[in-house]
Amino acid sequence: MDTESTYSGYSYYSGRSRGSHRHGERSRDRHKSRSKDSRSEKSVTINTPPAEPLLGDSAVRGEQVQDDNWGETTTAVTGTSEHSLSQEDIVRITKDLEDSVGLDCRRYFTRTLAVILGLLVFLTPLAFLVLPHLLWPEKLQSCGTACEGLFISVAFKLLILLLAVWALFFRPARAGLPRVFVFRALLAVLVLLFVVSYWLFYGVRILDSQDENYQGIVQYAVSLVDALLFIHYLAIVLLELRQLQPCFSVCVTRSTDGETRHYNLGQLSIQRAALAIIEHYYCDFPVHNPALLSASKSRAAKHLAGLKVYNVDGPGNNAAAGLAHSQSRAMIAAAARRRDTSHNELYYEEAEHERRVRKRKARLVVAVEEAFTHIKRMQEEEQKKAPGDVMDPREAAQAIFPSMARALQKYLRTTKQQHCHSMESIQQHLAFCITNNMTPKAFLESYLTPGPTLQYSRDHWLARQWTLISEASVTSGLKDGSIFLLKCVDFSLVVTSKKIPYIQMSEEYIDPKSHKFVLRLQSETSV
Amino acid sequence: ETLVKLVSQQRIEIQKLRQGNNLILGFSIGGGIDQDPGQNPFSEDKTDKGIYVTRITPGGPADVAGLMMGDKIMQVNGWDMTMVTHDKARKRLTKKNEDVVRLLVTRKSLEEAVKQSMGGFPRP
Repeated sequence: MDTESTYSGYSYYSGRSRGSHRHGERSRDRHKSRSKDSRSEKSVTINTPPAEPLLGDSAVRGEQVQDDNWGETTTAVTGTSEHSLSQEDIVRITKDLEDSVGLDCRRYFTRTLAVILGLLVFLTPLAFLVLPHLLWPEKLQSCGTACEGLFISVAFKLLILLLAVWALFFRPARAGLPRVFVFRALLAVLVLLFVVSYWLFYGVRILDSQDENYQGIVQYAVSLVDALLFIHYLAIVLLELRQLQPCFSVCVTRSTDGETRHYNLGQLSIQRAALAIIEHYYCDFPVHNPALLSASKSRAAKHLAGLKVYNVDGPGNNAAAGLAHSQSRAMIAAAARRRDTSHNELYYEEAEHERRVRKRKARLVVAVEEAFTHIKRMQEEEQKKAPGDVMDPREAAQAIFPSMARALQKYLRTTKQQHCHSMESIQQHLAFCITNNMTPKAFLESYLTPGPTLQYSRDHWLARQWTLISEASVTSGLKDGSIFLLKCVDFSLVVTSKKIPYIQMSEEYIDPKSHKFVLRLQSETSV
Repeated sequence: ETLVKLVSQQRIEIQKLRQGNNLILGFSIGGGIDQDPGQNPFSEDKTDKGIYVTRITPGGPADVAGLMMGDKIMQVNGWDMTMVTHDKARKRLTKKNEDVVRLLVTRKSLEEAVKQSMGGFPRP
């Protein structure tokens, strides 16, 4: 099996893009230097992550991971697999054309646009102040104290605006979303219109008429900066604050094993909600383990394999659709009548598996505890006295690892987790636990229960392509009962949302003195 | 002087009387595990949560059968009544398909009852 993976396209975790005003551009993963995918190539092969087999037992691993998902190579076209199935096919086609022109083009285009807008915004007040001095210095009234005070005000407000814009917009990009981020686009347009209108007014009333009242000009510049600060306030409210109040409860289900979680989201567009859900997915959902699904697949295959359908009437008698229909109905009827003992097998198999897991776990716990007793932390004074045979954490981990390796390998095989942990990662984890004085139980915790996807190596979750499939437009807001899918290579997440109901609360006052009690008399009943 | 408390167990059979739509027995009960036992005037032990006869309708079926006020009902038709709730006791006595109830009651002896009623000696 080819164990090399090439990644391209959308990575949510490329940390380094200097974002200013990003209008939904896609960010490429720059850290994948070993990506062989050049920009002109349009296809990528996504393979299974290259996990080292535990203790080199590749033959066993081969037979274990025989099921469909791991073995096949999938080809996906980069750059265009993020799309929303909206009614506008034309939009989709033009988007495809756009993307095929250049993946980075759009991102750089929006970034340069944002930088230009930023420069325009910051230099405008300064230009307003400086231009009169340049163009008609002799006519200009001298700047009095009040006017100079306004200079200080302009300076500090510009500084605050600079810091605020840096805080809000200059953050590393989290993700590449399929459509334009509507609020950012609106804000950019608003700022542009605003600045343009100020320039128009300035040009007509002040430049043309060469106004001498410099204080008025300075106040005009101050009003511009004030208004920009208010627009920034609007940006904070629209981009950050509005979605904080929870409005919807979304239920996220993984399609392969039914793992479900519920989250509270505010008023978001569908693409932003999808982004939030994916981030929660990486932190909350236990890692997707396709080896656990093979049992149910083999059961289903056995169920169908027992029946064979023969067409007695001869070909060409019925229409194709009618034939298929009658075939499937015959199969269902036959399956219903057949005495099926597969439930029995399942019950005993599961009981046996449980027993085996528990036995292996007991052996593992004992082995690890014993291994941990072999090393002891040296105190400071002892370190100076006996310099020989002293090990650092990594060496200590390597020294005690062999005594527990076999038990750990058997346990991981029984719980079908062996491809999630490589030998290197286990030794690293062991060294980490030794360094931090953790007990054997703490060391074992990450192997006994499947943790969230982020806990595992980057091969397991890095650079996954997520496709948002939605009937409604992805820039429209979440509504009660909206359903969309987040498709990944191996599985998909089905998301349904429900509105949190309006709560009508009333009050009832209880006087503290009204709590009185009396002994209960014996009741008497006549019969 | 030492006091010997005598209790006698009586088996009393009451024939229910039909009055309109109901079958009545002609007495009232008090007590039960969901009631306050300290209020029971008839019990020796103030933690006794048993069912006691609190009133007898004069001339009624219970009176005719010989039930007396203050009797503790131990069994009704074989059902134990020492650990029942008040409502359960009522239900067991008023079953519509039974015409006769056979009670097993405990009664303090007549002598002690007479002495107590005359206020002769201190209550325990």
